[in-house]
Amino acid sequence: MEVKQASRTVMDAQEINRALTRVAHEIIEKNHGNANVALVGIRTGGVYLAKRLAKKLQEIEGTAVPVGDLDITLYRDDLNARKEHPVLRRTDIPFDITDLKVILVDDVLFTGRTIRAAMDGLIDLGRPGEIQLAVLVDRGHRQLPIKATYVGKNLPTALEETVEVYLEEAGTPDRVVLLP
Amino acid sequence: MSLKRKDLLGIQDLTVEEINLVLETAESFKEVTGREIKKVPTLRGKTVVNLFFEPSTRTRTSFELAAKRLSADVINFAASTSSVVKGETLLDTARNIEAMQADFIVLRHPEAGAPNILARLLRASVINAGDGGHEHPTQALLDLYTLREKKRAFKGLRLAIVGDIAHSRVARSNIYALVKLGAEVRVAGPPTMMPQEIERLGVTVFHRLDEALRGVDVIMMLRLQLERQGIALFPSIREYSRLYCLTPERMKLAGPDVLVMHPGPINRGVEIAPEVADSVSSVILDQVTNGVAVRMAVLYLLSGAK
Repeated sequence: MEVKQASRTVMDAQEINRALTRVAHEIIEKNHGNANVALVGIRTGGVYLAKRLAKKLQEIEGTAVPVGDLDITLYRDDLNARKEHPVLRRTDIPFDITDLKVILVDDVLFTGRTIRAAMDGLIDLGRPGEIQLAVLVDRGHRQLPIKATYVGKNLPTALEETVEVYLEEAGTPDRVVLLP
Repeated sequence: MSLKRKDLLGIQDLTVEEINLVLETAESFKEVTGREIKKVPTLRGKTVVNLFFEPSTRTRTSFELAAKRLSADVINFAASTSSVVKGETLLDTARNIEAMQADFIVLRHPEAGAPNILARLLRASVINAGDGGHEHPTQALLDLYTLREKKRAFKGLRLAIVGDIAHSRVARSNIYALVKLGAEVRVAGPPTMMPQEIERLGVTVFHRLDEALRGVDVIMMLRLQLERQGIALFPSIREYSRLYCLTPERMKLAGPDVLVMHPGPINRGVEIAPEVADSVSSVILDQVTNGVAVRMAVLYLLSGAK
């Protein structure tokens, strides 16, 4: 992927890692450990972040948490308005989420519509005991009453700006970039 | 990604990329059909009309389930119980259905090309669910999906399609698809059931079943259309069965791990021996299961074309 000239790096690899470490500790603090906790990453960026958080939780607590991938395409509220459907990928949650504290993980929290779709998708798979939300970047401009439980970085943005999250797993060095 | 077309009329005019897009999309829907709540809200508010001018249980039910699992509303029209018996033409029937704001018309019709006529004249997406001896694209797509699930790749796969090739839209759609995807396709059947110059589609013709089966990876049996036997394509069903029935002995001629497919409904003991239909090689019921996921994918992908 190409980064435009006027872009500004707002988080580098080290800052991303520190933010995730802090979020992992907050998850453990809030849930009194990681028992009954499951991580579900929203495709595509959230999937990588969920795996990283799971690794950190295991390092801190010594026990593994289940991790799943969620594709929200079928639950989007803009399928009729878009010119073309987004690529449909697989939801892969190989465990029963009923009664678990499910932490949804996404890279950027913006309008909140993705999270609304993700919660609908999740509830079709079972009845979680609780749904929490962890995001790497909260850029504001919510269109729905949705709030993250854990935030890596609060990033004030203008509505027309774009926030791009690049992650190693996708073949690009870790960084968060703000584009005009 | 979407299919950049309004209608699905046949496999002949689909590209390899489009076929693969349907198969990949169907994989996501197979996950949905395996859930406890087998429903997603994707086509909420859309209407699918099943317009069937020929009897069908499997295909109609499969389309109905696919639409319902996408949260669309479904209406079933069977020609035998509609105004068609009062003399209404196909186009008038379809225009009336469209006037009720249908988004999809799933058409099965005894005449080849009927879905093409509707597709040209209506705003709704038209899906061909079998037109005469022409095509049955969603059957071929679900066969491909099942093949890919079991055999991974199409290139170099050796298949034998056996039976009444001339009258089979399932055979025609599968031949178009499999040849495009690089499989080696053999067709076998009596000369009266073999279309002239079928070789031009890229297949090899066999009249002796045993020769056709030698070393194949997949056997696709076609239903002997007993309702057509008045046309005397064959002296008797018993003779057909002796020469073309897939028996456990004949299965031994095929390659190891051979798959047996059949679009259904099966005539046990006519074209396929019960022991074969119920054997571990048979994926006939997998085909039915996959049919729902594949039809969900087709409805979803066509709904994205603007």
